[in-house]
Amino acid sequence: MIEIKKLHKSYPIGKDSLHVLKGIDLHIKEGEFVSIMGSSGSGKSTLLNIVGLLDEHDEGEYYLNGQLIKNLNEKKAAILRNKFLGFVFQSFNLISYKTALENVALPLYYKGIPRKERLKTAMEYLDKVGLKDWANHLPNELSGGQKQRVAIARALVTKPKVVLADEPTGALDSTTTDNVMDLLRDINNDGMTVFVITHEEEVAAQTKRIVRLKDGIIISDELTSKSKAV
Amino acid sequence: MFDLDRWREIFQSISKNKLRSVMSGFTVAFAILLFTLLFGIVSGLSNSFKDAFADDAQNSMFVRVWKTTKPYKGLQTGRRIQLKNNDFDYVKVEYDGKIELLTARVNRNVNISYKNNQDNYSLRAVHPDHQFLEKTIIDEGRYINQRDLKEKAKVIVIGRLVKEDLFGEKPALWKRVNVNGISYQIIGIFSDEGGDNEERMTYMPITTAQMIYGNNDEINSINIGYNPDLSLDEAITFGNKLERDLRKKLNIHPDDQSALRVQNMAEANKGVASFMLALYFIVIFIGSGTLVAGIIGISNIMIFVIKERTKEFGIRKALGAQPSSIVGMVVQESVLITTIAGYLGLSLGTYILSQIGDSLEDYFITNPSVSPGIVIGATVVLILSGLIAGYVPAKRAAKIKPIVALRAD
Repeated sequence: MIEIKKLHKSYPIGKDSLHVLKGIDLHIKEGEFVSIMGSSGSGKSTLLNIVGLLDEHDEGEYYLNGQLIKNLNEKKAAILRNKFLGFVFQSFNLISYKTALENVALPLYYKGIPRKERLKTAMEYLDKVGLKDWANHLPNELSGGQKQRVAIARALVTKPKVVLADEPTGALDSTTTDNVMDLLRDINNDGMTVFVITHEEEVAAQTKRIVRLKDGIIISDELTSKSKAV
Repeated sequence: MFDLDRWREIFQSISKNKLRSVMSGFTVAFAILLFTLLFGIVSGLSNSFKDAFADDAQNSMFVRVWKTTKPYKGLQTGRRIQLKNNDFDYVKVEYDGKIELLTARVNRNVNISYKNNQDNYSLRAVHPDHQFLEKTIIDEGRYINQRDLKEKAKVIVIGRLVKEDLFGEKPALWKRVNVNGISYQIIGIFSDEGGDNEERMTYMPITTAQMIYGNNDEINSINIGYNPDLSLDEAITFGNKLERDLRKKLNIHPDDQSALRVQNMAEANKGVASFMLALYFIVIFIGSGTLVAGIIGISNIMIFVIKERTKEFGIRKALGAQPSSIVGMVVQESVLITTIAGYLGLSLGTYILSQIGDSLEDYFITNPSVSPGIVIGATVVLILSGLIAGYVPAKRAAKIKPIVALRAD
């Protein structure tokens, strides 16, 4: 599903450049539940942004769903994101003036789905994350956990190939963290590839494979007990 | 272009962000309001100028004579100049193509009586064209016609106030009155926008007057309505040539202004026209300045708005929005706001102008209004400015990488 070979990325800082990713090799198959662990500055967010087509890599190869990602313009990237990827962010990134239902329906709007069908599908997904009764509330009327569940519903609504979650529990307390992780596991159990970035051991422990990143290189890549249980 | 979902997105974005929509709209509405008022007031001024000259036809010229003040060809100064029928005929034949209306005029003071009422009135003995040159409005009956001239008919047209003096509320048309001892039939009653003096006037055929008062062919003045196809400059040239020719014909020194003069409305009109032109230039300058200020205002606000929405655009892009859809959304929103706000400003402006109406006549402003051309022009400028004000910053915002946009606050 995601295949990365010798990936490099650096950011210019004035005249110098900061080498963030120094040759990453990673292969994630369909249906995996992977977490990327690392302290801040390890390059994990950069990796997710490249995987999520929100940023471009400098060197190496990246195949998404078998397709080589190279020299994408904004338009093509937008189409691929809409088609293959669902995002869950640490800060939720819901649009503040839209209701929960409208937020979930937004990716379908960019997919060109008619309004009625859009709202119907969005409602199904809100129901799936247990927020059907909150459909017409604005984000600032929801708790952090609820917002993140709305964001997850929004990530899922287009039936993407991969869900990318950037510190999805970073802004949540431990109970809601567990709820959100349970939800992500359920999604994975339904066969979706889930790719989580975190710096919390407990969160990573709930995934099936942990990739540890330090200073731009992978230092370990192992399966957890959860994967053996299945 | 018409995409219901797109419009829904825009209406939502406008209605959920009222403050910023109202702010950007206000700038435009205010600019257009000032623009409309400015143009309206200048058009009011221009109307006042036109009214000031409304008494007589705009294309009239008067040939008037007095006494010579310069010796010429052995003739001494102080000689009285007298226009005669052959001068009238000369003008008629010589300048045929350049003249639309032509009348001679003999002025007399007469005593008119009807039954027990009587008074002294001014009498003008004229040709039929005089009606149009003086803008005489016939209320009842008719004006003098060619047949009256030919038959030297004893008929008279009296002003509204003459009728009131002599007849009160009773009908006067076709009645006979006594003019200096001779009986005339009233064939018409007129009014005139030139005021009370004009409405205390009486008219009769020039041939009748010449026969009865002196039995001669003398006339006091010649009034001409020049061909309206002539430009102001051509009309002025025509007036100057006429003056020269008549002085030559009557043996007057070519520069003797006091002996014979052609008073040409074209010259006055030209003065007014160039004054109005200057005024319009000033107003166009200030008006465009106001519009430009409004456009800059909305551009600033759009830049701010787009900065504020950068994160939203980042989210939309992460969810699959293409750059073009973001640019399109912003531009459409900007155009919608400018158009609605501009229309409001315009309506308010025209409403205020219509309320002013004639109440500022004392300040030389009559019936101020804006022409549809200016309204349409201003609207087009508005829509275009909304387009540009939205497009430039939106294009830039859409270029920002989603990862950068998402980090924005």
